Order: sequence, then C-alpha cells, then structure tokens
Amino acid sequence: MSPETISQTNRSHRHGSNAGQPLTRRDGVLKVTGRATYAADNHPDDMLYAVPAVSRIARGRVTALDVTAAKAHAGVVEVLTPANRPPLAHDPDEKMPPFGFRVEVLQDDGVRYVGQPIALVIAETLEAATEGAALLDPQYETATARTDLSNGDRFDTATVGIGAPARTAYGDIAAGLAAATHVTEADYVTPAQYHNAMEPHAVVAEWDGDRVTLDMPNQAMALSCAAYAAYFGVPAENVLIRSPFLGGGFGSKAILNGPQILAILAARMLQRPVKLVLTRAQMYGPVGHRGHTWQKLRIGTDREGRLTALHHHALCATSSFDEFLEPAANASLPLYESPAILVEHEGLRLDTGTPGPMRAPGEASGSAALEVAMDEAAVACGMDPLEFRLANYAETEPGTGRPFSSKTLRECYSEGAKRFGWAGRPLEPRQMRDENGFLVGWGMGTAVFHCPHFPAEARATLRADGTALVETSGADMGQGAWTALAQIAAEALGLDPDQVEFHSGVSSLPDGGIAGGSGHTASAGLALNNAGEDAIAKLAALATADPASPLFGSGNIGVVPRSGRLHRLDDEGRSESYVDILARTGQTEVIGTAKAARDQEAAAHHAMFSHGAVFAEVKVDPDLGQIRATRLVGAFAAGRVINPRLVRSQYFGGMIWGASFALHEEAITDRRTGRIMNADFAEYHVPVNADVPSLDAILTEEHDPYVNPLGIKGVGEIGITGTVGAIANAVWHATGVRVRRFPIRIEDLVIGRS
Amino acid sequence: MSLSISLTINGQARTVVLDDPRVTLLDLLRERLDLPGTKKGCDRGQCGACTVLVDGRRINSCLALAASLDGAEVTTIEGLAEGEILHPVQAAFVAHDGFQCGYCTPGQIMSAIGLIQEGHANGDPERIRELMSGNICRCGAYQGITEAILEAQKTLAEGNRRDAA
Repeated sequence: MSPETISQTNRSHRHGSNAGQPLTRRDGVLKVTGRATYAADNHPDDMLYAVPAVSRIARGRVTALDVTAAKAHAGVVEVLTPANRPPLAHDPDEKMPPFGFRVEVLQDDGVRYVGQPIALVIAETLEAATEGAALLDPQYETATARTDLSNGDRFDTATVGIGAPARTAYGDIAAGLAAATHVTEADYVTPAQYHNAMEPHAVVAEWDGDRVTLDMPNQAMALSCAAYAAYFGVPAENVLIRSPFLGGGFGSKAILNGPQILAILAARMLQRPVKLVLTRAQMYGPVGHRGHTWQKLRIGTDREGRLTALHHHALCATSSFDEFLEPAANASLPLYESPAILVEHEGLRLDTGTPGPMRAPGEASGSAALEVAMDEAAVACGMDPLEFRLANYAETEPGTGRPFSSKTLRECYSEGAKRFGWAGRPLEPRQMRDENGFLVGWGMGTAVFHCPHFPAEARATLRADGTALVETSGADMGQGAWTALAQIAAEALGLDPDQVEFHSGVSSLPDGGIAGGSGHTASAGLALNNAGEDAIAKLAALATADPASPLFGSGNIGVVPRSGRLHRLDDEGRSESYVDILARTGQTEVIGTAKAARDQEAAAHHAMFSHGAVFAEVKVDPDLGQIRATRLVGAFAAGRVINPRLVRSQYFGGMIWGASFALHEEAITDRRTGRIMNADFAEYHVPVNADVPSLDAILTEEHDPYVNPLGIKGVGEIGITGTVGAIANAVWHATGVRVRRFPIRIEDLVIGRS
Repeated sequence: MSLSISLTINGQARTVVLDDPRVTLLDLLRERLDLPGTKKGCDRGQCGACTVLVDGRRINSCLALAASLDGAEVTTIEGLAEGEILHPVQAAFVAHDGFQCGYCTPGQIMSAIGLIQEGHANGDPERIRELMSGNICRCGAYQGITEAILEAQKTLAEGNRRDAA
C-alpha cells in the first residue's frame, strides 16, 4: 500500500485538542494487519535477487573466486566481482560529507574486515542467488588481524563522532586534582555493539533510463538521494527513495553502505529490478556499529563532596580505513559543575567494519563510564549518590557558563526518587535481601542528551472541503512520526487530526531532514507548524480583504484558527469557516510552505539538553551471580510532549537499551581471525520479554522558550544514558563488587566476590 | 524438478507448484505468494518475526521447508482481521502501543494468538513474558505487548463465554 492511501484509513482516537494528546498511532492498523510496507516487501515484475558473498577473513586479499561454478548454478544470472564491476561516478575511497563514509563496493581485491562484500551474485530466485554465493569458494591471502588493544594502531585525532572536537579543556585539571582531598580513578571498557534493527538492510532498486526508484529503509532521505546521485552520475532529482516505514534504524540506516550500492548497480547493469536483503550475519560488518571503547576517569572531590576536577579520556576503536570515533568522553561535558574539566579522545585502528552512530552515540558509552565513576566518587565521599549529584548540580553549562535553554533535572531527580522509593537506601552495599534470599541493590544515574535541530521543509494544503494535506519526507522508524507530526500540523492548522492527511516517507516530498539525533519531531515538526501557519496566514489574508466576510478588516487585529474556522482575535463571535472562505473566493486550495531551522542566536547563547534521572533495582543470586534488573524508574524532562503515549514508549525503549548495554549486549571477536563469533540473535544477546523489568517513565513537565518555537526537545535516545550506570551501580550496591566492564557478567560477580 | 503441494492459507485453498525444494514457508509466502506481512528477521529461528500458525500451532516459518507442508493449514497476519474489524489481539496491540517500528509485530501477534489458544497465558504477566520470549522486539515495546496480550486474552475469553451461552 502506498503512503498516499495509507493515511486515508486512519482512525485515531482523539481526546480533546491536538498536540499533547495520547493518540494511538496513525499507522497502527497497518502495522498490526501486515499491510505496512517495508522495503523488502516490494516485488516489481521481472525482479532479480542479489546476495552478497562476504569475506571470512579480516585482512588480506581475495586471490580466487570460482565464478564459473556460481554461474553454472541454475538460475544464476550474473556474478559481480572486482573484475567486472561496472564503474561508479564517485570514488568509494573518498568520503562524502557530512555522513558519507568510505564504502566497499568491489573496488579491488583487498579485504579490510570480516563481512566485507567480495562479490555479488544475482539470480532469478533467492535460493539460487544464495547457493551461487556459497559456490564462489573464495581463496585468500591472509594477513594478521588487528583485533584489540594489544595489536591495534593508536592515533591522535582532531574530531570525534561527526565533526565534534576530540579535546575540550576548561580550567586547570592538574591544579584541580592537586586540590582534591580524594581522587577517584578507574578504567572502564565498553564493547562493540551492533544495531540489530529487526528489519535487515534492504533495497529494491528499479531503473528507468537514468532515473532510479529505491525502496529502502532510510533515516536521511535527501542526503541519501544526493549521495546515490553522486555514485551513479545522475542528478539528485532522478533518485526517488521510498521509505514509508523502517523496521528500526537506531542510526544504522542513515549512512550509505556497500551492499546496497552494489545492488543498485546490478539493477542498472542488468536492466531489471533487483532486491537485496542482508542476512542477519551480514549486518555485522558493512552497516556500522557502536565502537569498542576503553575509558579512564579521574574525579577529584573536596571535603564537602564537590568536584575539583573531572578528567575523562576515551580510547575509541575504528576501522583501518575510516574514522568514526565514539564521542564518549564528551558525555562528561554538560552535566556536573567542576572548576576543571578535561575530556579527550584517542583512536585505535582495528580490522573491523567502520563504526557509526548507534542510538545515543557517545552519550551511551561515555555516560555508562561517567555515571559509574560518579557513584564511586560518592562512595569515596561517604555520600548518597543522589545527594552527591545534587551537590555537583550544574546551574549553567559547565565550562562555558552559558545558561541552559531549560533544565528541569532537579525535578527529575526528586520525582524519580519519590516514585522509586529511594529514600532510606543504605549507603553500604550488600545490605538488602528479598524474601527469596536474593541480594537486592539500588542504583541511580543521570540521563542527558543534546538537542540537535536539522533544517527541514514542509508543505500544508488547505482544501476546499475544509480538510488539509500536509507533507514532509520524514521517516517513521517506530518513534511515531506519522502521529506526532500530524498532531503538530493539525494544531497549526486549527483542525482535528482526523481532518489532516499526512504524507511522508517519499523523497520527492519537501525535505523532512534527518530522522536521527532525537531531533526529527522538533525539526520536521517545526517545518510543518510553519507551513501550517503560512497556509492559515494566506487564508486569513483572503478573508480579511473580502468585504463579504465577517472577518473583513480584521487584518491588523489578527485571527486565530480553531476547529476549521478563523476567529477574530478580539471577538470570538466573529468567525468564518475555511470552507466558506475558500468557496466564496473561488479558491480550490491554499498552499502554505516553510523551511525551518534553528535560531542561531538562541543556539549561541544557550546550552540545549534533555535531562533525566534513572533509578534501578537489581536482584542477584548470591550463589550463582545471576543478575536480574527488576525495576527501572526514569524521570525525563525533554521540553514539550506532543504525544505522551508515544513518548513513554520511546523512554521505555531507551531504558531497555540501557539494560541491554549494562547486562546483555556484546559482539565478541575471535582474536585469531577477527571474526565476530556471535553474529546472530541466539548469541548476540538483546533483551527478550522476560528480561524486561517493571518499567516506569515519568514525563517531567518542562517549558523551553529557546530550543525551538515549539519547545520540543528529543526523547529517542536519552533513556539509555542514565540507565546503564543506574543498573551497574545497583549491581555494586547489591553485591559490593564494582564491575567496570560492560556487559556485566555472572563471572564478574562470582570471581569479583572471591 | 517440480513439486506440487496443497495448502490452505488464511482459509483459501491453494495449489503451489514448487520448482525448488529449498524454498522455506517464509520465502514461499513472501516471495512467491504475495503475502509479505510475515517478516524475515534472522532466517534461523532465533527472532520470531516470521511466526505463523500451521495447523493451529505457532512455528517459525523460516525453519519449515514448504515442500514438507503438503495439506497444511496456514494462518498469517493477513488472515486475522475480518474486513476492517481487527482481531482482538490486533486491536489490543494498537491500544497498548505494543509496537514501535512494527517489523516484529506480525510475529508477535501470531505468537500471542498461539499462546492464548494453547491456554498457556491465563492472566499471568510473568508467564506471558516468558512464553513470548521467542519473539524479539528491538524497539523494546515489551511492556505494551504484555499488557495487550493480557487484555486480548480477557476479551477473547468473554467472547467465548458469550458464544457458549
């Protein structure tokens, strides 16, 4: 079903007015009936299947491929290798700003990581393509894989993440440490993690001359169109991306990757539609991951438990051929007041696929280390962890002194602590047991996430029947964009959400910006709001200039849109319906447009962050060391809430990712071969239903006049940040064992205890 | 070679001619019978996204060879709603926000229906969590999923009582 028809089927439940209401998802019925169309569900006529053959070594080169055997298999149509791969218009070893990474598209026989595509088999059926890829029987010349600190190459870097500074210093860190009565110093390790969206990366590519239609999950449509256009040497407007739904993205579907480019290339070469879907195992290589980090924290404290110095160093793994360094240490910048703060990063080259942004990039790994270190510092000071954080509360942005655009963290602390029942927690560990004899521990962590805003465009059309069509190319990957964005547009248009048809998920619509950085609702939402206001302004101009309208001459006073009518601002009794205005003026529609971006003046003068506090309870079997997170309470302040039902779901999802980071997730590399030994859902552990504790998310009220005119911050990622530390600290509180390596394992507790 | 099998899919009798013995039930539904509602998440029986009912039992359709299912009755996510009227489990998933991206949802719903039909859940959220643990949701919609199943189970039980009376 196309997005054009989907929106017609919507029947949202409405309670009162528009924004702020817990509407159910507009795409809900489609998703529970199997009618929501994901990329790989498409099946154009005459379609071929592409299956990549991927490297089983981490470093070296491919010396032979049995292309003859693959081609001899019934149904195999073509085998792409470096020997016959058609040219691309962009050099894949050249980065393409802002998010374009170096990609592996059969440019040579070199192998840079396990899972790199080394050939692409195209066949009439999926079964034949899969078998053809297996028949290639690659031979390799193998070099020793660099897999760890012991053999990776360390390097200095000026930037981390996507263009963030690698080093920031405020005050004199040496003096701050010297002035401390106690210095807490510890090392923390976070593992490589893989996004593992449930929907594998997929593309169905169909060329028509020099125009191409790509059904693919995509978090950044306009940027991707431009990048594909560069690779294929066609104008950007010739690339149409359709991405009505993503089966999860988490950052992995914003950046181009080799297999998808090769499938598009194969479709052009063979002049037939081609479908490619990565296997689960193939997602552990070319589509990004959260890089391994080794972090060191030094926290100086004085007699009153106030920080005198905060030093955070992160060594971050990347690939041998590109740089994405987890901006982990930067997590120590915005949160705690200290006269001296130093954060710095270093890189480590390994023979792995290039890492990339994964839900809360930097903040997740960095805050995991910071929040445990803060807990250790609180213990050293003999203080309650919450009291310790309050003693170091930053009233203004640490280092810069800029005011926060809004910060309601104190309320998050108090509301969360109250709901959790934090008061009376014993300071010493191993003090609590449940009725079954399990050790019980309580821990907490502060959550923080920045508030990016991406330029975005939108269009709002008021129609003769009094309904509206609103359009932006944004993407719904589960955060609820279809619903929350439509609510924002409906509010601006003075219409019921059911009267607003919402089109999204196609790159030919006005550029909805990027669905990432927890910034999509604010970014695309502001564009939709402004487009709606533009349409209303044009409609008002028609009415107020028309002597036959009850609103004639109200131009200077102004009008407000409400329930499909314009009302004179100073006289509610004088109003006219949109239908009547349009009918009398002979217009079939009024179109409003907008391009929206952040107010740079407000951004220069304010620090903009969402905040939160997470409280965790764990229970640990005293004999077996088995850990269960039993209770999580998070209180988050993230500006204006458009749809509390969906926001709560986002917080829950983030908190579950936090629990996963703390207790489950880790990609384990074989140091001999560089292969990931658990590249599947049985052995790469993510939480299942039974792993998920009782969850409670408090939506702490917050008004932000600066972050954007709508006052919206972001909610998609912050839930991870406080949760990891909260659980780790609860494990310490239950057992007395301080684990500084994630995920926390049974053996850490059993060995640590003895 | 080719092989002909008979299947009843969502109540409709179908004869399927298979030209390849390697075709799984999942790939048959998705790639050959235009029923893409059932999803592939891992192709190894590890994630549950492909769950369908075969002869009333929930199975991972990625682990079943189509050729082995001659005579089977298959129910997929497309076969639940009656016109615009949702199955109580589907309606409860919407009401309790039991999904985000929606990709694992068809499998979650089929699994939930199997679970309820097997009489395993019985109003106990702990048991539901345990017995739904073969279906991974990476978005983390588990709380809503559990609440939805509890409610749907109640709705279905009330419906059965009414039918019996």
